[in-house]
Amino acid sequence: MNLMAQLPVLPVVIPFVAGALALLLPKGRAPWAWATFVSWLSFLASALLLREVAATGPVSYHLGDWPPPWGIEYRIDLANAIVLALVSGIAAAVAPFAYESVRAEIDERQSPYFYAAFLICVSGLLGVTATGDAFNIFVFLEISSLSTYALVAMGGRQDRRALTAAFTYLVMGTLGATFFVIGVGLLYHATGTLNLADLHLKLAGQHNRVVEAGFAFILVGIGLKLAMFPMHLWLPNAYAYAPSAVSAFLAATATKVAVYVLVRFFYSVFGLDFAFLGDALTYVLLPLGVAGMFVASLIAVFQHDVKRMLAYSSVGQIGYMLLGLSFGTREGLAAALIHLVNHGLMKGALFLAVACVVYRLGDHRCAAFSGLARRMPVTTWAFVLSGLSLIGVPGTVGFVSKWYLLEASFAAGHAWAAFMIVASSLIAVLYVGRVVELMLLREPPEQGPLSEPVKEAPLSMLIPMWALVAANLYFGLRTEFTAGFAEQAAAALMTVSGGR
Amino acid sequence: MGEFSPALIVLLGGLLAPLVRGGLLRNVFMLALPALAGAQLFAFGLGEYGNYELFGHTLTLTRIDGLSRMFATVFLIAIALNVVYAWHVRDRLQQSAALIYPGSALGAVLAGDLVTLFVFWELAAITSVFLIWASRNRRAFYAGMRYLVWQIASGVLLLAGVVFYYRATGSLEFGHFLDSGLSLTHPALLCIFLAFGIKSAFPLLHNWVQDSYPESTVTGTIVLSIFTTKMAVASLARGFAGVEALVYIGAAMTAFPIFFAVIENDLRRVLTYSLNNQVGFMVVGVGVGTPLALNGAASYAFCNILFEGLLFMAMGAVLYRTGTIKGSELGGLYKTMPWTTFFCLIGAASISAFPLFSGFVTKGLIISGAAKEHYFWVWLTLLFAAAGVFHHSGIKIPYFAFFAHDSGKRPKEAPLHMLIAMGVSAALCVGIGVAQLFTGPAGDPLYALMPFEVKIEDAHSPYIAYTAPHILVQLQILFFSGLAFAVLQKTGLYPPELKSTNLDSDWFYRVPGRALLSWTAGATRALWRLSWRLFTGRVERAMERIYAVHGPEGRLARTWPVGSMALWTAVVLGAALALAFIA
Repeated sequence: MNLMAQLPVLPVVIPFVAGALALLLPKGRAPWAWATFVSWLSFLASALLLREVAATGPVSYHLGDWPPPWGIEYRIDLANAIVLALVSGIAAAVAPFAYESVRAEIDERQSPYFYAAFLICVSGLLGVTATGDAFNIFVFLEISSLSTYALVAMGGRQDRRALTAAFTYLVMGTLGATFFVIGVGLLYHATGTLNLADLHLKLAGQHNRVVEAGFAFILVGIGLKLAMFPMHLWLPNAYAYAPSAVSAFLAATATKVAVYVLVRFFYSVFGLDFAFLGDALTYVLLPLGVAGMFVASLIAVFQHDVKRMLAYSSVGQIGYMLLGLSFGTREGLAAALIHLVNHGLMKGALFLAVACVVYRLGDHRCAAFSGLARRMPVTTWAFVLSGLSLIGVPGTVGFVSKWYLLEASFAAGHAWAAFMIVASSLIAVLYVGRVVELMLLREPPEQGPLSEPVKEAPLSMLIPMWALVAANLYFGLRTEFTAGFAEQAAAALMTVSGGR
Repeated sequence: MGEFSPALIVLLGGLLAPLVRGGLLRNVFMLALPALAGAQLFAFGLGEYGNYELFGHTLTLTRIDGLSRMFATVFLIAIALNVVYAWHVRDRLQQSAALIYPGSALGAVLAGDLVTLFVFWELAAITSVFLIWASRNRRAFYAGMRYLVWQIASGVLLLAGVVFYYRATGSLEFGHFLDSGLSLTHPALLCIFLAFGIKSAFPLLHNWVQDSYPESTVTGTIVLSIFTTKMAVASLARGFAGVEALVYIGAAMTAFPIFFAVIENDLRRVLTYSLNNQVGFMVVGVGVGTPLALNGAASYAFCNILFEGLLFMAMGAVLYRTGTIKGSELGGLYKTMPWTTFFCLIGAASISAFPLFSGFVTKGLIISGAAKEHYFWVWLTLLFAAAGVFHHSGIKIPYFAFFAHDSGKRPKEAPLHMLIAMGVSAALCVGIGVAQLFTGPAGDPLYALMPFEVKIEDAHSPYIAYTAPHILVQLQILFFSGLAFAVLQKTGLYPPELKSTNLDSDWFYRVPGRALLSWTAGATRALWRLSWRLFTGRVERAMERIYAVHGPEGRLARTWPVGSMALWTAVVLGAALALAFIA
């Protein structure tokens, strides 16, 4: 059996099997080492896959050799190859980081369960991305979600609020998944197929209530999963009270994968020939995206808790992606995909920096960040640089995102959208600047538990964090991997969907 | 060093400076940077260096032509002088910012395209605020925040302008904007013009200068006073030379700060008004746009950086030694600070354009430039402003600090390194002023640096500084301005001395000139305050409303019960279904 021929399925299968094995390992260092090894392996497979797809075009893999549309097909083109690389890359950075952080925040007896859940979550997210089958998407969505609920709930040892957050997340996430599966069921009723490519062919020309209702259910179900304003309410608490490493991983990947699914259904399944898609773009994605950009960013400005602030900022940043999508143009789609990747990089780095602070100070409220530059300078500068990236300062990935978004708004003839983007970036200056001011210019607290002297975070945390910061800077200057691939991917998706 | 940009030498050096251990070693390292950058600048010669590719455009990091070379040269001199002046400072943040910020301004002056310009423009804005915050008190913090709002606004406008410009012309080249065929009223050019205008402190966009610069540290204020406004003038000269609006804007800039400068008591703030007024002269020169006027504007900027810096340094030394800079609390310092007094007087003479000092040679070029293009009223305003300069910067500053009534303060002379920095500045001021007498107008070394070739056609050429009419006109202006000061002073009317108002002054209050003066200042100030209060009131109320909704306890940020989350989902689903069915 040629291993390279199995490449499309490897990133998904490796962590899936390894996750189950992790349960059998003794508590302590072993499950962590295993998870790290596996996530690197998975990243390697995703990177090879991306290289292959970039060189030779889309790859199709038939699970169990059952040909589509009867069997399950894994279909990797540039759009999902990029997302696969992002998800497995973030996992590969978070896994080595997690050891110290998780040891400090979670009961050691739970460590095999933690890493098992982590690997299964990785596998689920990769599966959603890789598969070319609508029902399979639902299955993997549930696999990743269920493990996520468990991961979030493990924050309960630090803060009991994690339990209610996980419960709320569970209810809302299940609601989203149910809507999605109802939508898929309606489409199946209309077409008799579940394969995405086949769905696209059979849906063509079908203008009936079943298809329309299916579309609406899928839009809302996935909208919930990607925290589209105003269905984002589960997200801030889940991210704020989850264990720090989990927050970093989820913030960088989970909502991004949901955005990808939305893109996939919009452009590969439905296509712009459906009038309701254009309407959904203009009347749902556009207003909700813009509302999210402003409302969530403004909420972030006033938060007392840095993790919650970053969580609200994520909702705002999702708004940018939705805005890009809503133009319905190739440039807008490319900008959304670029921001999808770039936002994963910056939020990952930011949440890892917060995790370092939590590790040393045991607190993620603003007070803990006061005078941090004197106490943990390496962490502080990682936060500052990735914060600049979040704002969109030239030389960082954030600038690349903003640049393509601005270009896309002008190309779509929406100069006002460009104005909105710049204006909401100014709000980002406020909320990032507030924390930066605390870290660089204030004195450390003089009384209370936060005043005790602390050391810099250990190297095992600093190295993965700075790897992500370096990625923020590197891809800010070299754009052929992110922007180049995303533009090609957008062009390919547009051709399928009948847009320009 | 290949094609490494001089700006990056200073900038990266500034980043590394805090890592150098030991105060002396760090100072030497910092001093080496401008020297190295200067060597690189002149090793390059005229041309374009350091081209790089971004988003498919070829961008130019370093473009050296006559204009950028002149500004770059004086920027590097000023950086070196500032390092010497701040030899005693051991604050890493301040030392680092005092290199990164000038390095960014240098980068902006040398930028060959709009993207590079924007990057350095923003960098200069963000790094300079640390010099204000370096005072480390609440006042300075809020002043810095207000400063940042203006600077970022300028940056955002520039970015918007560049994007519009690119869309309209498809070019990112930073040359004369009107050559692109767009008119000044095109949104792209309006945005860029305003961005430049904020940084060069156009009237009504000027308030950030007075608000923030005096809040910085002894050494920080000097650094701040030099770069931002001159960077903007250089950009205006490159992009908007010959735009007539600039002539009138510049003329207004030269005149209006005089009223404020006269009634201001904080002597460093007086100098910030004088800074506005000085930049006004340069803006007029840019607006006239002839080679003569542009040469005048660039060389006046060159000299201004030296003598205005010198005045700021002298006031900094006074602040450093006495702890205050209020005109009413100072006086009589010449007894114990003779050298500082001496250098301050040289700075004052230069800014007032006394013959034999640098201002005399260069200010004449701008005023003649305006006269030659028949701007009669502008020419008159400039003469009035020149008199005003002498009044507040030439006389008021040294008089109240070093002479006037004896405050009883007996501070020590300024430290040696400050004296060296002031001494070198003073020597340059005098040197530029008298060079022509030795070399003849054609051989003046300053003329060799000018952006346009200096052509001396006849004996009446404005390039020949030492002619009888020029000297006479200048001396008349100075004489009457001095007289006005003497009369106001003798009658005890001079604002900072109001405490000692005597009976005579009642009569003088009725003199229309005085009334008009205080009325003009008062009215402008009241108007400004009113609009500011209206504005801040609005902003505060808006912020309160936003906070009420978005704050941690606000409706949007609260943790919602699961039921209402589900309700919202149902609402969105209903809307989506309806939409899909209608479409």
